Amino acid sequence: MAGKVLLIEDEANIAEAIRFLLTRDGCQVEVIGDGQLALQRLRGDLPDLVILDLMLPGASGLDILATLRAEPRGRAVPVLMLTAKGQERDRDAAERAGVSAFMAKPFANADMRAKVRELMGQG
Amino acid sequence: MPFDILVLSCFVYVIFLFAIAFFGERRAELGGMGFLRSPTVYTLSLSIYCTAWTFYGAVGYGARSGIEFMTIYLGPTLVFVGWWWVLRKLVHIGRQQRVTSIADLISSRYGKSNGLGVLVTLIAVVAATPYIALQLQSVTLSFAVFASDQPVGWATPIRASTALWVAGGLALFTILFGTRRLDAKEQHHGIVIAIAVEAVVKLVALVAVGSFVVWGLAGGPGAVIDRIEAVNLPGWQLQPGRWVGLIALSAAAVICLPRMFQVLVVENIDERHLARASWAFPLYLFAMCLFILPIAMVGLERMPADTNPDMMVLTLPLAHGQGALAMLAFLGGFSSATSMVIVETVALATMLSNHVVMPLWLRLRPEATQSADLRGGILLARRLSIIGVLGLGLGYYRVSGGSAALAAMGLIAFAGMAQVLPALLGGIFWRGASRVGAILGLITGFATWAWTLFLPSFGQDAVIPAQVFAHGPFGLSWLRPEALFGTAAMDPLIHSIFWSLTLNAAAFFAGSILSFPDPVERIQGAAFVNAFDAEAQGGRLGWTHGQAEPEALLNLAQRILGEEALTFFEAEARAQGKEGYLPDMTPAFLTELERRLAGSLGAATAHAMISQLFGRATVTVEDLMAVASEAAQIAEYSARLEANQTELTRTARQLREVNEKLTQLSVQKDAFLSQISHELRTPMTSIRAFSEILTEGDLPAPQVADYGRIIHEEAKRLTRLLDDLLDLSVLENGAVQLNLGLAHLGELLDRAAAVASQTRPDRAFRIERDVTVEEIYLRTDADRLVQVFINLISNARKYCEADPALLRIAIRHRAGRVTVDFIDNGRGISKENQALIFEKFARLTDQTKAGGAGLGLAICREIMANLGGTVAYLPGQRGAAFRVTLPLRLERSAA
Repeated sequence: MAGKVLLIEDEANIAEAIRFLLTRDGCQVEVIGDGQLALQRLRGDLPDLVILDLMLPGASGLDILATLRAEPRGRAVPVLMLTAKGQERDRDAAERAGVSAFMAKPFANADMRAKVRELMGQG
Repeated sequence: MPFDILVLSCFVYVIFLFAIAFFGERRAELGGMGFLRSPTVYTLSLSIYCTAWTFYGAVGYGARSGIEFMTIYLGPTLVFVGWWWVLRKLVHIGRQQRVTSIADLISSRYGKSNGLGVLVTLIAVVAATPYIALQLQSVTLSFAVFASDQPVGWATPIRASTALWVAGGLALFTILFGTRRLDAKEQHHGIVIAIAVEAVVKLVALVAVGSFVVWGLAGGPGAVIDRIEAVNLPGWQLQPGRWVGLIALSAAAVICLPRMFQVLVVENIDERHLARASWAFPLYLFAMCLFILPIAMVGLERMPADTNPDMMVLTLPLAHGQGALAMLAFLGGFSSATSMVIVETVALATMLSNHVVMPLWLRLRPEATQSADLRGGILLARRLSIIGVLGLGLGYYRVSGGSAALAAMGLIAFAGMAQVLPALLGGIFWRGASRVGAILGLITGFATWAWTLFLPSFGQDAVIPAQVFAHGPFGLSWLRPEALFGTAAMDPLIHSIFWSLTLNAAAFFAGSILSFPDPVERIQGAAFVNAFDAEAQGGRLGWTHGQAEPEALLNLAQRILGEEALTFFEAEARAQGKEGYLPDMTPAFLTELERRLAGSLGAATAHAMISQLFGRATVTVEDLMAVASEAAQIAEYSARLEANQTELTRTARQLREVNEKLTQLSVQKDAFLSQISHELRTPMTSIRAFSEILTEGDLPAPQVADYGRIIHEEAKRLTRLLDDLLDLSVLENGAVQLNLGLAHLGELLDRAAAVASQTRPDRAFRIERDVTVEEIYLRTDADRLVQVFINLISNARKYCEADPALLRIAIRHRAGRVTVDFIDNGRGISKENQALIFEKFARLTDQTKAGGAGLGLAICREIMANLGGTVAYLPGQRGAAFRVTLPLRLERSAA
């Protein structure tokens, strides 16, 4: 599995776990821990997949998703949303904003990796 | 001039009057009052003061006593010019209270006492009967004057029955126009317009005769004046005592005479008309008396010595061949007589039927209020009264034989009616005037008048034996009719006026002072005396709820008021906001109904009738107390309603606030659970992910150690979070176990600073303290307080952006309380966030940096509440500042 993954997650330990797992699967993982920085980053070249935390400092995951989907070139980018809240309301909001997949924390590593693979079209 | 032409023109004139009266009635019914409402008509109608006595008698008076006759005109002139405010008040009260007669006014004023109404009616009838007889006599005499030169036989029977014919015709006229309808206002537009026309006729007639005498016979005004001055008859001497007495008497009469009261007050349709009358009426009187003395003087000169001076107005033109002029004079006299009789009869009939006939009838047949057509009954009573009054006048004329001089009869009537004056004036100007006083005064005055003037007027031995005249009754010489208390030297008329009015007023005054007015009297007294104060009308008379059904009342009212009743009931019901036509029997409604009924029945009768319906005879003190307390209750009730209203508003507001709080709490609870979920899931995610990685087992050793450490770290974080949550829960529930003891503030701060110094991130951080003020021993839970201090210090350490960061701890000790301020040199906390920071999970910045779960300040707040103190943000400092306030000694509360 090759591809560029942009991981937007403010919890350093969680980011480390995901980075470790996906790198081992062959992805290029770039980690950003702040919403504002993530928005800046997304103005540049787009990754093959965005993994997005819902609760972020600077700008919320939903904001970032909406900004991404507002651009024509950003519409095709698959986005996997992670959330520790796991509430229906958040899931609905994310789906309306155009999320590709949704995953609650904590997750099983295998599930997460399968989802990433699926989203990157290598399922 | 042929007598039958006279009779014919008399008939034509009468028919003319009928036509005018009919026309006036029609106009009034059709609503086109127009000139009927004019103040001129009102003024002219007042001229019924000038009766046949004035027309014929004044000349006779002038012939006998010279200029003294003027007093009869000066009295009214003084009243209208100088006392118009008395008249104004009288008219105002009359209209306001819907007074139907002078008897009604007095009865109404003194507590709606029908006894007083009867008394005044009695006096009026006794005083007026000779007066009516006088008018009949004058008409008869004037016919006789014309008939005397007619030797034809058929004139004689007519002459004998003239008075009867005239009385019959007047009765017909009065019944036709006086009882046509029975409305709330006892007003007769037809009669008023007819007497206004008659007023013009008599003025024109007298002026015409006067002009003929002055210019035709005497040779101009200058000659007349010279001759008048030359006259030296004994009767023509001025007698100051008589002048004062007569002026006062005629002044009283113009207010008190029933017919004057009728036109002045009852028939008044606009109070402003009085303004015109106050100057125009005296002018009319002046014109009337202008030629009287010349006629009298020329008559005395030219006519045979045995001529009746009372008839000179007729005999002078006749003697000089002026038949047409004599005819006009005759019509003038006829007008004077008829207009007076008509109005007097209407006024007396109203009194008689309202105060005597109706109350008697109601007493004899109490069921009448419930059954028969009351309207018909009242009209019948009114008509019978008219016939009765005229019958009395006719009877008096027949009995007395018309012998007395006209002027004497007029003055006797004046003096009799003047007895009403003290009660009348006292009633409208003195609140202290009472019914007992009025009754005493009226009886005393009336008795004195009858004894000293009325009865003697029939002549010695006619009623009072000559012996009594000479020596008094039972030999009591001080009771001699014409020398009361030994005042023998006085003129009999003045003697009577003086004593009757003096005793009357004294009795009235004494009776009023010594008696205690009942509540209705007091209310009525206030309403009359303060007639111009609108607010006095508010609680004129109250009624409590009685037994009468609204329908019964409507029935009753319809019988008296006709269609007006239903309209009135409907309007009242609508005003009360009720459907249909039956209003609630509120005191206000009953008062208004009574007032309307009073317009047809008189106040006392209306009062008696409603009282009967409500099953009681009079309004008692209890009733008034009930009304008063009812009013008070209503006031209290509405005050309570108002209070309830405010209370309800307050409760509603409180409920709304509570509801908002609950909603807020519910939202907060959801948010809290969501927060806890997030706070628990986050470390759990790391732990699970890394433990799975480690389980796979193909990792290099350093990485295993790294990931193991992460797992450990996150596990500790999880534990801390759970501890905090438990801590907060215990603190919030007040179930916390405090460990009280003496603690040194400085030491506590040392401990807190030491723990906080291990807080990440490790950075340059300095704490500035003044150890000298830290020498304070507190009785508190040291560990809990240290927990608060740690929180505040480590927050500063975590969040203060300044480099190097500096935290100043300032301590103040005052009045048993200690404040510990923690002030850093950072940017501080924005105003909106100051309100949030003590909430749970209200972390303002990046949570990785904070390292806590965001419960720290919430826990601090709970701890301080448990320690009897507070922790609050301290605004106005440069950096972030928190103030901890706590008591020096915390006493263990019930635990």
